[in-house]
Amino acid sequence: MVKTVFSIDLPVLENMCILKNRLQPLDLTGNERRVSIVTGIHGDELEGQYICYEIIRRIKENMEHLCGIIDIYPSLNPLGMDSLTRGIPAFDLDLNRCFPGSKEGDMAENAAAKIVEDILGSHLCIDLHSSNIFLREIPQVRMIEENASMLLPYAKLLNLDFVWVHPSATVQNATLAHALNTNGVPTIAVEMGTGMRITKQFGDQITEGIFCLLKEIGMWSGDVILPKTPIVSSEGHRDVTMVHAEASGIFLPAVKHWNSIKKGDVIGDIVNTLTGEIEQHIIAPCDGMVFTLREYPVVNSGSLIVRILGGDL
Amino acid sequence: MHKDIVYSVKSPFRSEMNILGYRFGKGEKSACIVGPTRGNEVQQLYICSQIIKTLSRLEKTGAIVNNNEIMVIPTVNQYSINTEKRFWAMDNTDINRMFPGDEEGETTKRIAAGIFNAVKGFSYGIQFASFHTPGDFIPHVRMMETGYQNTSLANLFGLPYVLTRKPQPIDTGTLNYNWQLNGTNAFSVYTSATDYIDEKSANQAVSSVLRFLTRMGIIKYNCHNGFIATTLEEELLMSIRADVSGIYRRFKEPGEEVTFGDLLAEVVDPIEGEVKSQIIAPSDGIIFFAHGKPLVIENCTVYKLIRRLHE
Ligand SMILES: [Zn+2]
Repeated sequence: MVKTVFSIDLPVLENMCILKNRLQPLDLTGNERRVSIVTGIHGDELEGQYICYEIIRRIKENMEHLCGIIDIYPSLNPLGMDSLTRGIPAFDLDLNRCFPGSKEGDMAENAAAKIVEDILGSHLCIDLHSSNIFLREIPQVRMIEENASMLLPYAKLLNLDFVWVHPSATVQNATLAHALNTNGVPTIAVEMGTGMRITKQFGDQITEGIFCLLKEIGMWSGDVILPKTPIVSSEGHRDVTMVHAEASGIFLPAVKHWNSIKKGDVIGDIVNTLTGEIEQHIIAPCDGMVFTLREYPVVNSGSLIVRILGGDL
Repeated sequence: MHKDIVYSVKSPFRSEMNILGYRFGKGEKSACIVGPTRGNEVQQLYICSQIIKTLSRLEKTGAIVNNNEIMVIPTVNQYSINTEKRFWAMDNTDINRMFPGDEEGETTKRIAAGIFNAVKGFSYGIQFASFHTPGDFIPHVRMMETGYQNTSLANLFGLPYVLTRKPQPIDTGTLNYNWQLNGTNAFSVYTSATDYIDEKSANQAVSSVLRFLTRMGIIKYNCHNGFIATTLEEELLMSIRADVSGIYRRFKEPGEEVTFGDLLAEVVDPIEGEVKSQIIAPSDGIIFFAHGKPLVIENCTVYKLIRRLHE
């Protein structure tokens, strides 16, 4: 059943509406748990679209296995998604820097407040992101240290490759995940793939993981796979090393995404397409696994090229 | 005057972006003036060009007091100005959210680090900035309440208002905030325009900087005393919001005094032309900010009012 979470008039003959689809068992006992699955905070991140579709499709085909309420929000930033805009068009604002929002504020803050209000009361929330258009990411969850004990048990069920636990940063205060995590709804932010694309393989992987998680918390009685055990950055001696471009030009990768690499291996070249020269020959500074790889070929000095997870894998 | 390259960025397809520093006088690092970090800040660029023009003349006539160096960085981001993009065109990041920067980080963090390296250590830092919210403001000097701010110094610009703001997480990446944390007395000067040139408020901004430099004993310049500023806290400004969406008709300008019940604006139905809503002054006061776009969305702030203040 489709419900309107938030609606506001735009200047000319249009409403901006944030919609959700509620899936629930035919016979409700009143004691059902609720899980919220959200995506599309960033209008250029589309990986979650396939997952929303796939989850709804599988549930509708097997309603008898559903033992709880699933709310699916496929587009928290509908204007951004419609216009290939990461933020909220016209406001030039990143919606994921507007939480928890306010009823007193402007459109973005109003929308943020309504989104939070609607999700509160859920047992769990899964916030699906893609990377931006510049980087490709393996399916992973990022969380801050303070939330690790609350979120890791859930994250480990999600059939992920990697969980990145990192020290907290002040800028994360205004994200949806932060607003929910500090208000009693454990929220897992999943990141995968690349902006403006759908990587079906990753979508299938996370969809399977979401069903594993639903089964574990008693909301799904159908068969599920055995989820992968993710590498957790905070367990064992593991470091994340970032390599940035030191020249401007066109990046031609020599490594594959989600592959191991040895110190001294060639990561790729930054080339000059006018002179035919190599501007920078990029060498791996350590052993490890490439979990983030530059996708967009044009780079400036400073552009992120790879993130390598080093240490004991 | 001498001119050097403060920081340089290369693009694969464009000529290098050389960020220039103009230095006047010699000796103690007295004052540093920084222009646009965003591509739409054309008014700020114009103001800096006029300051450079004036300081060049003053230097020739010996009007820069001994043992003072003034540096002007007229733009930090001509790449975005030339392509009419507001932020760094490649990744849409805002240089004025990247301070103090990181020499080994992403491109805009490197730019911020390069700039911060050049501008830190000055006694006074003046930035010409603009707001996230597009619209028109009363010319004012803005300071962040970091605990180090000195509003009585901000008064010396002689602009009509000094506004203090409690820093939010989003502010910690601005040049103003990091300057202050680093021991520079930092001021952001706002004029009434951003993406067009308003000659009158540009001149007012140039004069305010020259007045400040004169009062700090850095230059010798005969200028009008300006205003004795009214100091305001940003959180005490009253927001007035539109209650419906549509075509926006503004009746009051920044700086105008209004009385309770005055008609401030109307929202017109964009198809049928009828007035859908009238926005009425909820209090006496002076308009500090006014929405500038021809369209408005419900709940958008259309005015900020300094309550119960009279001219
Ligand atoms: Zn995102």
